[in-house]
Amino acid sequence: MYPILKQIWKTGIKTEAYPQADEAMRLTTQRLQQEILDVFGGALAIRMVDAGSCNGCELEIHAVNNAYYNIEGLGIRFVASPRHADLLLVTGPVSRHMEVALKRTYDATPEPKLVVAIGECACDGGIFGESYASCGKISNVIPVDVVVSGCPPTPTAILQGILTAISAGHVAQK
Amino acid sequence: MPIKHPNLKLSRFSDAIPAWTGEIAAADLLEVCQQVRDGGGRLVALWGSDARQSRGVFLLHVVLVNESGLVCINVPLTEAHPHYPDISPLFPAAIRMQRASYDMLGIHPLEGADHRKWVRHGAWHSASFPLRKDFDAQASRSDEADDYALVQVAGDGVHEIAVGPVHAGIIEPGHFRFSVIGERVLRLEERLGYVHKGIEKRFESLDLQRGAKLAGRVSGDTTVAYAWAYAMAAESIARITPTERALWLRALLLERERVLNHLGDLGYLGNDVALAFGLTQFWILKEQVMRNNATLFGHRYLMDSIVPGGVTVKLDASGKQLIEQECAMLEREVTVLRGIYEEHAGVQDRFIGTGRVEPKLAAQLGLCGMAGRASAQAWDARVQFACAPYDKLDVKMATYNNGDVAARVIVRFDELFESLRLIRQILVNLIHEEAPTRVLEGLPANGFGVGMVEGWRGEVLVAIHTDAEGKLTRVHAHDPSWQNWPVLEHAIIDNIVPDFPLINKSFNLSYSGQDL
Repeated sequence: MYPILKQIWKTGIKTEAYPQADEAMRLTTQRLQQEILDVFGGALAIRMVDAGSCNGCELEIHAVNNAYYNIEGLGIRFVASPRHADLLLVTGPVSRHMEVALKRTYDATPEPKLVVAIGECACDGGIFGESYASCGKISNVIPVDVVVSGCPPTPTAILQGILTAISAGHVAQK
Repeated sequence: MPIKHPNLKLSRFSDAIPAWTGEIAAADLLEVCQQVRDGGGRLVALWGSDARQSRGVFLLHVVLVNESGLVCINVPLTEAHPHYPDISPLFPAAIRMQRASYDMLGIHPLEGADHRKWVRHGAWHSASFPLRKDFDAQASRSDEADDYALVQVAGDGVHEIAVGPVHAGIIEPGHFRFSVIGERVLRLEERLGYVHKGIEKRFESLDLQRGAKLAGRVSGDTTVAYAWAYAMAAESIARITPTERALWLRALLLERERVLNHLGDLGYLGNDVALAFGLTQFWILKEQVMRNNATLFGHRYLMDSIVPGGVTVKLDASGKQLIEQECAMLEREVTVLRGIYEEHAGVQDRFIGTGRVEPKLAAQLGLCGMAGRASAQAWDARVQFACAPYDKLDVKMATYNNGDVAARVIVRFDELFESLRLIRQILVNLIHEEAPTRVLEGLPANGFGVGMVEGWRGEVLVAIHTDAEGKLTRVHAHDPSWQNWPVLEHAIIDNIVPDFPLINKSFNLSYSGQDL
């Protein structure tokens, strides 16, 4: 036990300041009322769905959980089922073989719900594009509220995307 | 000559690694495979290409490896009867590769073989083949559900647990069907192919440089190894060698990728046995390495830093100093953490004996890479087929006999420390003069080249075929996960369901890399 405690003490607190929401990431105007957002903001549950990515974006979503970005410090946590989730974090492109599973995951998520598309491929199909095996961007398959580009996006950008989705901004960008 | 057969004439690739190629009739394929198998060799990859325009045939490509090097056997198959002898009795790892080559190209093994589909679910019709040049994406489109017959286990008290494709964690999608009694697993069957996004077909529409970007995204966690293997294949066709400095930098990037992934996995392996401390600690270290990557090379995962012809990154004296400091920090911290893992009774109790793959089974099934070395499969391309600059580095291979989760953890620790040693060696050898990289613009016509690199997970192979105009006509990327996924089905047998995440993570296989 002693070496563990010593290591924890030596490591100290690594968590950095949290980023701000970024309205430029918003795809549609905020659909949810302030009351709901307040509840979400206090304890947001996220279900992550890989709809066909190269697994690069997953690495950065893992990193969002590390001590530096410490997403749980904001009351945001990743849950095991869409039925427990308020927000879907989706990476892509959506492969044709994941199209049905993604739609079902979306349907299984209770209203009100939000969707954040993570990564270049999720935003516009990326280098994989649309093909016999790929549906391209996430919004081709399910409604998307916020997009976070980057290949892969940094943990800070992912955090910003999530915070944007639950912030009350009313400015539609696209 | 690595293989002697009266009907096989081998010619050596102009390659960074010892590799040969030759053509043989389908009837002689088994004999050649038998010879390699008898000599202790393995199957590395199997794929097909459509050569009907140039030669009026389909080609089957089988890459075998023995202690002399790689041998790529090309087997012409007629359009009317595109079949070949089933090589899976000799190399069980061939089963899924053969099934995938049917789904993608419509070439298939003869009697006895498993003829179920593999990468195809319901997105395109069964009689259409995406990698044929006359494939019509529109007409072939289908929306059928995936009617795949999973094997059912019968008996008193047996029940099934279906998991996926959408998994409970932050993981790639795939389906696992467990047949269990109580908590004990009788059988696991994997159904993959969910992240098949048409990578191989996509390559055919890209130029050499865009292709390098795509190669770096076959499996994001192995981006350096894929980019290097792709570049190696292209450079073999073009008969050029990058500058010495570029090669040293490539090795530096590859070892940094290994360090990153091993750090991440060691954290997760701690987490999977309820030592959240391990996850937190290792991921702090991983984050620091990624930040240094971003500072020095402009990308946290080093994507797009290797291109055919050389590298796109630089390293100056202050950068070298930063890496030296990082190595010292990692060595100090990981030594402490290794001590904690090894002294922790609860951790060792979960690690030791869990998910065991005996060396004999590993050899039979062709388990490769890092997981293979934990089951006494002493193969490491950096050692046996050391391409420059590894020929000057004298890599020490980590192997263990136990084949359990504990062994896969120890191999990771050993390889991590070895990578730190190699990184320091590389820094010493990086001379200061910056010879500019001459990016390879295009490739000669009708070329064929292969590249193989020992990525953190195992050997990554990329093969490039060019057409009469020198364009990419077929690119095949092979992930070691092809070999290792089927072995995971064996590793879980007789273990309890709650140990599956741990066993699975101890292999940490790629879905995207095998689904393509």
